[in-house]
Amino acid sequence: MKVITANFVTCAVKECKTSPTSFPLHFHDAELEMQELDFQPEFIRNVIPRIDWEGLRVTANELGFPSLPESKPEGEALGDEQTLKDLHRLLLETQVMEGKLICGNCGHEYVIKEGIANFLLPSHLV
Amino acid sequence: MEFLIRLAQWHESFRVAELKAVATVIGADIEIISYEDASPYCIVKLPDEAAARALIARCILAKDIYELWGHGTNYEEVHADVKQRTPHLWAQYETVQFGFDLDAYVGKRSQAKRVEIIKSFSYLGFHGPLKLKNPENQWLIMERYLSPSGIPGAEREKNPEPLNIYFGRYLDKSGRGIIVDYDLKKRSYISTTSMDAELSLVTANIALAAPGKVFYDPFVGTGSFLVAAAHFGALTMGSDIDPRSFRGKDEERKTGEIALLRNYKQYGTMSKFVDAFTSDLTNTPLRNGQLLDGIICDPPYGVREGLRVLGTRNGKVIEPVVIDGVPAHYRAGYIPPKKPYGFEAMQKDILDFASRTLVTNGRLAMWMPTAIEGDDLKVPMHPNLEVVSVCVQSFGNWARQLMTYRRLPEGEVSDTSQGRNKVDKIGITASEVNDFRRKYFNRFQAKGTAD
Repeated sequence: MKVITANFVTCAVKECKTSPTSFPLHFHDAELEMQELDFQPEFIRNVIPRIDWEGLRVTANELGFPSLPESKPEGEALGDEQTLKDLHRLLLETQVMEGKLICGNCGHEYVIKEGIANFLLPSHLV
Repeated sequence: MEFLIRLAQWHESFRVAELKAVATVIGADIEIISYEDASPYCIVKLPDEAAARALIARCILAKDIYELWGHGTNYEEVHADVKQRTPHLWAQYETVQFGFDLDAYVGKRSQAKRVEIIKSFSYLGFHGPLKLKNPENQWLIMERYLSPSGIPGAEREKNPEPLNIYFGRYLDKSGRGIIVDYDLKKRSYISTTSMDAELSLVTANIALAAPGKVFYDPFVGTGSFLVAAAHFGALTMGSDIDPRSFRGKDEERKTGEIALLRNYKQYGTMSKFVDAFTSDLTNTPLRNGQLLDGIICDPPYGVREGLRVLGTRNGKVIEPVVIDGVPAHYRAGYIPPKKPYGFEAMQKDILDFASRTLVTNGRLAMWMPTAIEGDDLKVPMHPNLEVVSVCVQSFGNWARQLMTYRRLPEGEVSDTSQGRNKVDKIGITASEVNDFRRKYFNRFQAKGTAD
């Protein structure tokens, strides 16, 4: 699972969706793998507005990345190639291969195995 | 400027939807001047030649595009039209290398007649070297013979003259050739429900897949739509309630490899793959917000593949069980209970999901079965989504359609009064909750008895 996906998801339990503590889901025992991909600056510029920056800061911190700027890069900052490259690396080239994502609200654990996160819920959480 | 597009005479109802969608992607205004389902010739208005080339390069259901020099129902009309539209262009081609050919659609012309027709254009005054194969400048006379009723043969005998004649300068061929590369027969990872290459690419086009965009398929399977969207440059993610569909069955895979990725590797689009995860659309983990540019899917109809969602058949909650100190649902190999689900309920859930997660003007392109046994399934609608196009593929005794919707800006609402408002019946078995499945199978039973 890539970091951008982690920023797009929250707890699958319906009651948790309205709780601010359910996002972002928290990584535990994460095993990372870096994968080099073609640099796609236009993609990064397009998705930045959709990223929950506070959530991304929490995730980056949990995965041991150097801390991100306090506020989301906007306007001129998006013209800076290094900023875009760093974000490309974090959002698209960083994969969590094994580990767990845990909801801060209900405590449910979503397992990540071989890079695939499983968001299916047992019957008592549906 | 007017251009002539030669379309594939096939998947007719998808052709204009694709042309308009591609024009939207390249940011060009397009006006359809003349089009009919029974003809491969379509006249469009576009701002300039560059727009025409950009448009055709992405079209799957077109063959090529021409600068339109003239058209008519007989040669007097064609020549009059050419003399009215193009005299200012003649001089620049006076000495260039050129080629002239005649294409008779569903018709025949003798060699002598072809030469005679081509010679009738001599007033253009082209004196450059004539080259038959791959000339630098190619003109084509296109004759269309098929009768309006669409039946060749008898009527053509009675009426040996073409119905329409078009004349144009060749500009470029379409992106149609890519279908061969994406052919399922040559694809690394497929299953019985993989969508064919041509319609997958058309679906991605109609949903406006393009570089910089995020596309999502909530019923990803073997990823037919995602590799098509990735071909047009979109970054793609998918999910499925059954991870074996995209991961591959255990016995078929090498260690740790997601089978779906083999397809991206084959097409050289690995950098367009974002993620595949296991989830159920009715309990999606995606947060609400403008996240996605496009959603493309072919949801299970509950006929060939089961349509199931999380939950128990009888609606009773199974309380968590602890085995050796670990809750059963955290143990390896745990499979959560699932229940059959109505196909129409699923469509409604997809529309709700799209309205919550698409960016403004983002598109949902969703396949659905329709018109079974003369019973039209009404189009599902949502106030935040506007129907952009409805394209039908008929199989004789049933048909399916590609519904495309646009996410409206906040504050705008679409008219949903013509939409479906029926909900699925309450029931326990797959056929009880799924009208389409029941009709589909009843039809075969009825036929069986009649035989």
